Amino acid sequence: MTTIPRQLLARWSGVLAVILFWTETAFAHVQKGEAAGFLSGLKHPVSGLDHVLAMVAVGLWGAQLGAPAVWLLPVAFPMVMAFGGMLGLMGVPLPGIEYGIAASAILLGAAVMFEFRPPLAIAAAVVAIFAIFHGHAHGTELPPGQSGLLYSMGFVIATGCLHGVGISIGTVHRWGWGQKLLRLAGAVVAMGGMFFMWKAIAA
Amino acid sequence: MKLTQNQTRIPLYAAVLFVCIMSPMVAEAHLNSTGMGPIYDGLMHFLMSPEDLVPVLALALLSGLRGATFGRRILFVLPAAWLGGGLFGLAASASNGSAMVSAMWFLLLGGLLAADARLSLRVTSALAALLGLYHGYLNGAGMGLNFSSAAVLLGLIFSVFVFIALAAAFVVQLQASWTRIAVRVAGSWIFASGLLLMGWAVRGLHGLKSP
Repeated sequence: MTTIPRQLLARWSGVLAVILFWTETAFAHVQKGEAAGFLSGLKHPVSGLDHVLAMVAVGLWGAQLGAPAVWLLPVAFPMVMAFGGMLGLMGVPLPGIEYGIAASAILLGAAVMFEFRPPLAIAAAVVAIFAIFHGHAHGTELPPGQSGLLYSMGFVIATGCLHGVGISIGTVHRWGWGQKLLRLAGAVVAMGGMFFMWKAIAA
Repeated sequence: MKLTQNQTRIPLYAAVLFVCIMSPMVAEAHLNSTGMGPIYDGLMHFLMSPEDLVPVLALALLSGLRGATFGRRILFVLPAAWLGGGLFGLAASASNGSAMVSAMWFLLLGGLLAADARLSLRVTSALAALLGLYHGYLNGAGMGLNFSSAAVLLGLIFSVFVFIALAAAFVVQLQASWTRIAVRVAGSWIFASGLLLMGWAVRGLHGLKSP
């Protein structure tokens, strides 16, 4: 009879123990939809490619422009985006939202592609104007029965993290090949924006 | 290869571990069925209530940015005011918090944090006292005067105290400029959440728990 080597048995026992202890949290009840509200908000910005492209582009552009734009733009965007969301929740209409979102990806992508370096105030204003469209469109899409506060927190945090992704990618700007790569990434974002603009016009 | 005595016992240990893992306990989904008591109710209420937790976090981060003196002052002023407000609220009739006022706290403290406002120690203490009195009152009024409510309040105050101590101390020791900027970014997120909360309050879909 073949015997299993003891060391192998010990190793596999350890693996088995880790797997058995690696259990998911059991949500017995969702109290007023709160946990689900946060997760819905967290997932929402990531689920829409139009939103993702613009958020990442803000981070990329900030990284290209360097300090203080690298942190000012990602601070300005969520705050003005929330203002746009608040306008949407209060029922203030905003015409051409889908065009505005597509245009944000086109222009922010183009800014990264051409390494456009406007004064800080103008860069912040461009980002802020587009943020209103994103907030108005996405900030108000609360699934029924969930907490508005937790949804909002998740939505804002996820948006900020997408900026962080853009900034992290943008750190390659210090190298020559990285600068070219960023320009290429800007071109990809702009093309994505054009696709969404085409979809908005066709709709 | 000769095995040591410990190694020869590995299958036995593995079997014992396996039996332990395979002996499931009843999952107690609710705190009131675990028998942990009102102190833990209070502890968990604060930690699970973002409308209470987030303004306290903002204030702790703000005082942490200003230094250890501010952090130490807030550490005692806020829980003391919370306790005072809570005791006052216990004796009062039930009162529901306004989502609009909660949004205002988010906007005020998140905005001050994002702007890295250089408030004086006196103003920061006054903000802490107001925040503590308001939220403590709401917590107390929500519980009502009964046998266990004082213990719930104590658990809550303890939770506030530990939370401020950890958050403020974490920020006080930050030296690199980018870490302080990251704290201010957190302030902008709190401000942004406050703006959206204000919108939800107008719509009546804020989803805040009763205090």
